[in-house]
Amino acid sequence: MKNRKLEEQIFNALMLASTLIVVGSLLAVIGVVIVKGAPALSLSMITQTSNGGFYLGGAGGILNAIIGSLYLISASISLAFVIGLPVALYLNEYAARSKSADVVRLCLDVLYGVPSIVYGAFAFTLMLILGARASLLWGIITITLLIIPIMIRGIDEIIRTVPSKLREASYSLGASKLQTAFNVIIRQILPGIVATVLLALGRGIGDAASVLLTAGYSDSIPTSLNSPVATLPLAIFFQLSTPYPEAQERAYASAIILLGIIVMLSLSARFCTSRFSKFVIR
Amino acid sequence: MFFAHEGMNKQTKNALASRLMQSVTILVSLFIFVMIFVLLLKAEPLLASKPIFELLFSSSWHPSRGEFGFYPFIIGTLTVTCIAMLIALPICFLAAIYVAEYATGRIRAVVNSMIDLLAGVPSVVIGVWGVLAIVPIIKVVGTDAGQATTGYSVLAGGIVLAIMVFPSIISVSQEVLRSVPVSMREASFALGATKWQTVKHVVVRKSLPGIIAAMILGFSRAFGETIAVLMVVGNVPRIPSSIFQPAYPLPALIANNYEDVMSIPLYDSALLFAALLLLLVVAGFTLFGRLILVRLQRRSV
Amino acid sequence: MQTITKPHIRVQNLNVSYGDTQVLKNVNVDFPRRQTTAIIGPSGCGKSTLLRSLNRLLELTEGVKLSCKILVDDIDIMSDSVDVTNVRKRLALIAQTPNLLPMSIFDNIAYGPRVSGMSWWNEIDGIDRMVERCLRASGLWEEVKDRLKEPASRLSIGQQQRLCLARALAVDPEVILCDEPTSALDPISAQHVEKQLQALSMDYTVVFVTHTLRQARRIADNVIFLYMGEVVEEGPAESFFSQPKSAVTKAYLEGAFS
Repeated sequence: MKNRKLEEQIFNALMLASTLIVVGSLLAVIGVVIVKGAPALSLSMITQTSNGGFYLGGAGGILNAIIGSLYLISASISLAFVIGLPVALYLNEYAARSKSADVVRLCLDVLYGVPSIVYGAFAFTLMLILGARASLLWGIITITLLIIPIMIRGIDEIIRTVPSKLREASYSLGASKLQTAFNVIIRQILPGIVATVLLALGRGIGDAASVLLTAGYSDSIPTSLNSPVATLPLAIFFQLSTPYPEAQERAYASAIILLGIIVMLSLSARFCTSRFSKFVIR
Repeated sequence: MFFAHEGMNKQTKNALASRLMQSVTILVSLFIFVMIFVLLLKAEPLLASKPIFELLFSSSWHPSRGEFGFYPFIIGTLTVTCIAMLIALPICFLAAIYVAEYATGRIRAVVNSMIDLLAGVPSVVIGVWGVLAIVPIIKVVGTDAGQATTGYSVLAGGIVLAIMVFPSIISVSQEVLRSVPVSMREASFALGATKWQTVKHVVVRKSLPGIIAAMILGFSRAFGETIAVLMVVGNVPRIPSSIFQPAYPLPALIANNYEDVMSIPLYDSALLFAALLLLLVVAGFTLFGRLILVRLQRRSV
Repeated sequence: MQTITKPHIRVQNLNVSYGDTQVLKNVNVDFPRRQTTAIIGPSGCGKSTLLRSLNRLLELTEGVKLSCKILVDDIDIMSDSVDVTNVRKRLALIAQTPNLLPMSIFDNIAYGPRVSGMSWWNEIDGIDRMVERCLRASGLWEEVKDRLKEPASRLSIGQQQRLCLARALAVDPEVILCDEPTSALDPISAQHVEKQLQALSMDYTVVFVTHTLRQARRIADNVIFLYMGEVVEEGPAESFFSQPKSAVTKAYLEGAFS
């Protein structure tokens, strides 16, 4: 009896400790980055682009990276959404419960788990074969491919929670599958779609390995799809790799900026979810 | 009144839309094979000129001399991943049980939002933190323990990697735990078991396959993680002799050297071979994890 | 009073199975025009299945196999040349628990007409008059006329069910099919819905499934008694309840099983 009590107490303590470690690691990461980066955080960081001297510790900012990342992610998210939504709808409204749907989901699961460096290497291979140079276009292609599985999985999981009564109501009023999918299902899952898009956005904007090989880097804001583009994660990476402490400090500040964007996306996801649920049937 | 010709427009629109959506779906699912094929295409020259045994097991990495032994990199990846799993698995297992079974609703909500937040932190930022916080600590600890180290080590890589896989393992494990039906727990309580006994003998036992699947998926995530590890692991192509020594995982190899592919013959094939290896290993793990989940579902029905 | 007119719906040789279990065996029934027909029987004997085969909603269920001929005004609606979405508009179904669409009250009702071609944007297209007409016909107008744009999910369950009725009327059906329309409602709402169904049977053919005999006695003109997937007896309500012909029917009416 006493042994059992002791066992329970030990495990309780271990479980609590583990949870604290997990929570603590988040706080440690955010805390250290903020503390180290705050001194170098200034308005010029987000209003000026980097020029040659920036990486040697001179003046400038990472506006080029911020804008570059924004260009990149807006194009990728739009493409991934346009491709991903129909696939998720198809799997659930047209091919529901068929063997082929299972096979498709399996392929998508594998794609979901593929590391971003492999997506980068794949795009890089295409670039080698075609003789293309690193540019905004290739960055968009890579990130789009990376986030398509995330988009599809997110929307798919939400559609699966839609009660079948809803579909029945729509069909019994004479609606076709297409009409049901686009007028009823989408309306019901709207908050979930928004959350998925924001999640994919966060993933895409923070990924370095995929753009490392494909988007190049530049000190200026890209003027065309063929120009190389700076991205936030790479800006952080390159600033950190210089031997100059001022530049390194600004790397931490850039990390704060990137974190800030991600946190804002996370919060908007929560906020938007409630905002868009006015008509959702529970 | 009922006949098709009245609704012809609607029917053709439907058929067209459904064909279109089906084609996109098929294309997307075929993409994984396209990826494998393209990488294989470019890696082929290397595979044709060297026996696979040498590629995988030789430690001699001198691209300019035409020597491509991937062994140190494979070992590097495995070492870092295993260290990460050794750290992450027990912590995630215990934390998941605590949050799913013991924590109150409020605490659970807060902890889960923090886990979601952690999941969103980009690997660059974790890498930055690793360089700032972990590497110096390891330098001190290692030197005190008698091992001369710069702090850039597989241990640093493992710690950083563990933090990156915490969220996925914990959230999937939680889901599995919470899916154990209330009726089963009630049955246990009705027979006089304590909370801990119920958790230990009923809930965890029922969830074990799912949790193992979560861990396998976590392992596969860790295997391919690039940037954070790259920043703290040292990038020295030697087999580490201790956890305080540096190593050079496969993803880092690709990330660090892609710029030189045109200058050395067969270098591009080598790097893409590394990418192919990563892809196949990760795909294998994903399939394995899924297989377990399917077996689980079939048995419980 | 029974006039010899052609039945509105004729079901011929309906057989339905789910996997290996046969749920309906060789059902042959008629549904007279502009009258209320009740399908009664103990639970699990195929009542809902019969109802759902009438508007071809059954074929959407997984694993179902059915074969039959269903003639509506002498046209076989099961044939391939018939557009199934048209069938579902002509025979509107109201489910047991209200199944609202994730939209406002107004849009729920306007949905049916809109998917069959009425404009999605143009509310001046007579749609608001149509919505009002349907809400009045289902007895809901006074209660919701000031909040048509609110989410439908905010209504009480009795109001939701009447909304589903109004929504079904909006597609201008000829037949209204109800699957235990009041079993999920409180007595007062149930009364409301029953009243509306009675009023509607002057203009529509109404078919409803019920497991309460009293409800059938109250509002049915004709009765079909299903037991274990087979039609045991059918006919006008008066003679059915006062002089049942089969022993099984007698036993059921006396409450021997339910």
